[in-house]
Amino acid sequence: MEKFNKHTGTAVPLRRSNVDTDQIIPAVYLKRITKNGFEDGLFAAWRNDPAFELNQPQYKTATILVAGPDFGTGSSREHAVWALQNYGFKVVLSSRFADIFRGNSQKAGLLTVILAQEEIEKIWKEIEAKPETSVTVNLESKTVTYGSTTLDFVIDDYTRWRLMEGLDDIGLTFTKIDQVSNFEEKRASFKPKTLPIR
Amino acid sequence: MGKTLAEKIWAEHVVSSTAGEPDLLYIDLHLIHEVTSPQAFDGLRLANRKVRRADLTIATEDHNVPTLNIDKPIADPVSKLQVDTLRKNCEEFGVRIHSLGDVEQGIVHVVGPQLGITQPGMTIVCGDSHTSTHGAFGALAFGIGTSEVEHVLATQTLPLIRPKTMAINVEGTLKPGVTSKDIILAVIAKIGTGGGQGYILEYRGSAIRALSMEARMTICNMSIEAGARAGLIAPDQTTFDYVKDKPHAPSGTDWDAALAYWQTLVTDSDAKFDKEINLNADELAPFVTWGTNPGQGLPLSASVPNPADITNAEDRGAAERALEYMDLKPGTPLKSIKVDTVFLGSCTNGRIEDLRSAAAVIKGKKIADSLRLLVVPGSARVRLQAESEGLDKVFLDAGAEWRSAGCSMCLGMNPDQLKPGERAASTSNRNFEGRQGKGGRTHLVSPLVAAATALKGTLASPADL
Repeated sequence: MEKFNKHTGTAVPLRRSNVDTDQIIPAVYLKRITKNGFEDGLFAAWRNDPAFELNQPQYKTATILVAGPDFGTGSSREHAVWALQNYGFKVVLSSRFADIFRGNSQKAGLLTVILAQEEIEKIWKEIEAKPETSVTVNLESKTVTYGSTTLDFVIDDYTRWRLMEGLDDIGLTFTKIDQVSNFEEKRASFKPKTLPIR
Repeated sequence: MGKTLAEKIWAEHVVSSTAGEPDLLYIDLHLIHEVTSPQAFDGLRLANRKVRRADLTIATEDHNVPTLNIDKPIADPVSKLQVDTLRKNCEEFGVRIHSLGDVEQGIVHVVGPQLGITQPGMTIVCGDSHTSTHGAFGALAFGIGTSEVEHVLATQTLPLIRPKTMAINVEGTLKPGVTSKDIILAVIAKIGTGGGQGYILEYRGSAIRALSMEARMTICNMSIEAGARAGLIAPDQTTFDYVKDKPHAPSGTDWDAALAYWQTLVTDSDAKFDKEINLNADELAPFVTWGTNPGQGLPLSASVPNPADITNAEDRGAAERALEYMDLKPGTPLKSIKVDTVFLGSCTNGRIEDLRSAAAVIKGKKIADSLRLLVVPGSARVRLQAESEGLDKVFLDAGAEWRSAGCSMCLGMNPDQLKPGERAASTSNRNFEGRQGKGGRTHLVSPLVAAATALKGTLASPADL
């Protein structure tokens, strides 16, 4: 995973609540067996609409998505995160993310930042009035800056450290693998096994 | 102070706990399917890692498989490649797989319980958000993404921050014609699609205790639709009886030890939930969704709401957008809405009891001329069981299609899809825009409402027939 320290780019407003993972990428696009190539499926149902925010020329190069509340509800498909990343997004801002989506984003290195809905509204207004507005998301200082505004955001220290170092969770767990083995020795014998087949 | 059920199961599975870090949790069972696993197996290969516990892992083919002509090669080459990739990965890494055509094949959340590998007190994960289904057994079960699938394959653990706990108390007695599907749709309508975010839900109360195992699975299944990664129900005699004769149930002294442990799996009387919600089962009626998220639901006797009456601006905007997509006008009685397709199936309502209850409504009658009824058993075993009871005949005689097992039209990943503008009454779990096919419109309903709707042609409950 790439290290994430800070990112500066332009932002696109997505004024919709409850954008679920079927909106982010419909199931028919989930058939690939790689982690790339999902950008075509991103927001597939809306992409043919010239009025859709992502299709507007002023937002074509945006790398920060400013979404409505409850972004990423629904399925556990990490493809939703990959589709956003494949398209070019580095950060998503929202007042509420679904739990599984947020977890997936933090594993895959897409920064999801929670801001109060009133701040999201202000950012929407700003980037609608001035699409060229530069937005900086700084993970080290836990701030989002645009124009003369700087907002603090909260993220747990462990996830922040992992993202900033670009660390792979599996590698971290392997440093504790002896504890896993010890745990396994004490597991109850009645716990079911899938093998041998009964 | 005592512990809640979720806290007990969590504590039993902590491998390592360090202040300021997520707990490392041991995973008792890992369920796998073709859609969310290929990249995880690739990750293992790249890092030269093995599957740590193939004996705690099981795969089935469900999301992408056809429900017609399953003896022939899968027609869509991209779907075929994904399914073939799962088969190859399972062979390479020594993972048990139940492929299309196998008697144990089916939707992963139907297969686990019917094999008896879903048991109380376990931690269960799968790269699918409806893993919460297994919580019905008093297990801590939740959906994970592909990075986490890889993590579990490699280490049989997951680093997780413990969620808060919420009690959903449902007291009283359900009226005839009201099902567990109506309970969970009412819960979601009450707390919203984000209401459960950050929580593990525990469903409690006399109305929950009175439910069968399969009805409990329907409730826990849709916990994710309320935003909760997991939902569970304390195991009781209903649970123990259900597990007892399954192929992978403990036997002999193991059964006694297991049962003694399972009987400790209750929330202590002095435990405190972070939040509590109360629902009166006596007041519940058949529920149906009118919008494009599962929280947009109302009793079937109600009318399409007027967004102008909704005070919360966010909800109002969502309702306006939903009605436009659903092509519905405020004030329209829900029972007057005409339906083109009825889908009976999915991990929510594709079990034998669901098929039995729908068949009982349909028996000896014909479905409306204007409509198709798709009946898709949740697993090959459910299909066989239904056929041994003659339910396939009941559905076929009524004019329905009797299909093979899979996720099918729940998510429209295989050829079973709605056409643009087509309207469905569906026993599945999500009414999202385009979920069942691009431009398709979904009303979520119970199997009883699905059956009555199929006969009447408009949204209906058996009482309306």
